[in-house]
Amino acid sequence: MSEKLNGVIVAHTELAEALLAAVRAIAGDETGLVAVSNRGSDLRALMKRIDEAVGGRPALIFTDMPGGSCAHTAAALARGRPELRVVTGVNLAMLLDFVFHRELPLEAAAERAVQTGRVSVGAIAR
Amino acid sequence: MIVLYRIDDRLIHGQVVVGWGQRLGIGFIVLVNNEVRASDWEQEICRMGVPPSMEIIFATGAEAAARLPQWEQDRRGGIVLTGDVDTMAALVPAMPGKKSINVGGIHAREGRTERLRYVFLTPDEAAKLRSLAAEGVEVSAQDVPTAKPVPIAELA
Repeated sequence: MSEKLNGVIVAHTELAEALLAAVRAIAGDETGLVAVSNRGSDLRALMKRIDEAVGGRPALIFTDMPGGSCAHTAAALARGRPELRVVTGVNLAMLLDFVFHRELPLEAAAERAVQTGRVSVGAIAR
Repeated sequence: MIVLYRIDDRLIHGQVVVGWGQRLGIGFIVLVNNEVRASDWEQEICRMGVPPSMEIIFATGAEAAARLPQWEQDRRGGIVLTGDVDTMAALVPAMPGKKSINVGGIHAREGRTERLRYVFLTPDEAAKLRSLAAEGVEVSAQDVPTAKPVPIAELA
């Protein structure tokens, strides 16, 4: 049995911590997720922060906005590192689903996160 | 024409594209950075999330100095962006008319001290910005358009 995947949420100011708090409130404390903020950091410092959060283990990195410093830096870190994969557009539905599917291989987990995140966005019919 | 000359070590990111880009109705961004200019992959990352209405131009310092007059003639509004003080200082002689530099984000690093929440400078960087101001360049720190600009005299 291989080790379960870890997730790292990288987002602007307090967003990652807030998302993680919401995940914990719904799914409990065993999330496999850690939160990283871009607060007060340039790209180099942020990359170090993300790398420390990854801790040398396979991880799915959830970032907020494509084109933002968080996604940019995570993509640069994950380049040439097959044990890391980055998705953008993190949302609560995506994270909650990840928590309960951490046994998936990295590629499948990334694909699932994108699908789950997409499906959760929409205008409610009336 | 170029409506903003900005120093920001996060390069192209949310504050630049959304904060300034949308508010000023920007049509193009010039990223002056030798490393990104040399890397297709870095350029692809920088393009992520930039709306299709906004053109991104990648340039080395030398290319930027040579093409500045052309960008200043462009009918669209543009932002010239560098990741550090030296690269921007080198462009100053090529800037036309009333020159001004926006210090948008220079973050903590060994040898720098905090001047503002988003501005950390080494003594050399501070001296260079002060000397540009002494030459008549308007240098101020401002992370987003809605914030109050802080003149360089107050932080360097």
